[in-house]
Amino acid sequence: MPSVTYIEHNGTEYRIEVEDGLSVMRGAVDNGVPGIDGDCGGECACATCHVYVDEAWLAKTGTPSEQEASMLSFAATAQPNSRLSCQIAMTAELDGLVVRMPEAQH
Amino acid sequence: MNAPVAPAGDAWTTPLDQLDPSHPALFQTQTHWPYFERLRREAPVHHSTSSPFFGPYWSVVKYKDIMQVEVNHKVFSSDSSFGGISIRDRPKDLRLPMFIAMDPPQHDEQRKVVQPIVAPANLAKLEGIIRERVCRILDGLPRGEEFNWVEHVSIELTVQMLATLFDFPFEDRRKLSFWSDCATMPVEAGGYVTSEEKREEVFAELLAYFTGLWNQRVNAEPRPDLVSMLAHGEATRNMSPREFLGNLILLIVGGNDTTRNSISGGLLFLNQNPGEYAKLRANPALIESMVPEIIRYQTPLAHMRRTALTDFELGGQRIRAGDKVVMWYVSGNRDPEAIEEPERFIIDRKRPRQHLSFGFGIHRCVGNRLAELQLKILWEEILRRFERIEVVGEPRRVFSSFVNGIAELPVRIAA
Repeated sequence: MPSVTYIEHNGTEYRIEVEDGLSVMRGAVDNGVPGIDGDCGGECACATCHVYVDEAWLAKTGTPSEQEASMLSFAATAQPNSRLSCQIAMTAELDGLVVRMPEAQH
Repeated sequence: MNAPVAPAGDAWTTPLDQLDPSHPALFQTQTHWPYFERLRREAPVHHSTSSPFFGPYWSVVKYKDIMQVEVNHKVFSSDSSFGGISIRDRPKDLRLPMFIAMDPPQHDEQRKVVQPIVAPANLAKLEGIIRERVCRILDGLPRGEEFNWVEHVSIELTVQMLATLFDFPFEDRRKLSFWSDCATMPVEAGGYVTSEEKREEVFAELLAYFTGLWNQRVNAEPRPDLVSMLAHGEATRNMSPREFLGNLILLIVGGNDTTRNSISGGLLFLNQNPGEYAKLRANPALIESMVPEIIRYQTPLAHMRRTALTDFELGGQRIRAGDKVVMWYVSGNRDPEAIEEPERFIIDRKRPRQHLSFGFGIHRCVGNRLAELQLKILWEEILRRFERIEVVGEPRRVFSSFVNGIAELPVRIAA
């Protein structure tokens, strides 16, 4: 299974295997990784699964959809490498992906 | 004047095409539940033409269907010119522009001006202020005698918060709750606002007061309060007076009614569910998951409304361009297909934040985390002080199918 490394705002790292096709948000929520909420359950409708994608992975994770971009645009903590992790589906190609969490989800 | 009574007829036997779940008296008497239960089973996307107040409208009552409407702002508009975000159509010339009642791109631009007030760093700053106030309010409560929890705690705490966010003169803070109530009160409710003219008089007073604050702040350095942010924000500094008024009402109602009624509702639910209250006392760490459960269970705003811009098929029904579409959060939050045992108040749910009370999509509540923070601190400090706060009488509820409000909650704290 491909793995994702989630890094909390305080630096704590979690390496989690996430099934092909599942979202990066789901991988965190189902495995109790703190710092990702996913209130809307993966509908790209709440922006509480906000992550910063490690620069090295940006090309492979793609670009946000229009809906995702507008949800992200309201997050005070957004940066150019921000994504909603419910919108990144795991594939073999993303094995080793590194994402960091903002100081809070809101 | 007394408010109209709930419609005669039974939720289960009235012919479906005559069913009207929107009557404010149903919410006031808490008799709305079976209407929505029936609609979830028999007509999850339902057209009603029998409202004496609101004209024809669609009801969307299931969690998943509501989510579909929420995320599709290109079809389902919030724009005030079509009627905005509540089931009642105000007279055309009185409709107020405000960012919740706008579509992109203007919505996005104006929302971004005020959003920083609830950024994580600012919330961290507010936490200390909230705790100090909560302590002061709780320490001043009467002991051994009956009092109204809504008046002493729910309103007081939320107006103090709002006064801080606006940097509003503290001694005048009760004006904020008065204006908020006047903004949402149906004219039939038998309250202070008996006509739209009366409401406009109140709005004129509100606008005059805030224009004074705006004038002070527009000529001063930008500061992190909402009036200063609006006065200096690129997307808001040239607002018309009606737009300024609209956005003020949005922020005042948004910061008042919702948290206020969740504060009241939470105490009521714990009294109705003594097992949960005992669980909480035994383990205060459950406050974390209890707070979103209170907000789900109360659903402080019973609905949000949209207007269809094009024809759209939802749940097998053909919604036409121009139709009014009401998303009943109060029903979606009790949908057993989305939430396990939704009728029960359970303070340690696994995914308590999966509820509709804050809305979803681009209009999701700006202040959601601040609301949760206020409730969290309040319950932490309550548990530190009081073994039990007892509800000693029936709550008195407001006549509204928009604000799910509690006006009076008689309580007693042992001497």
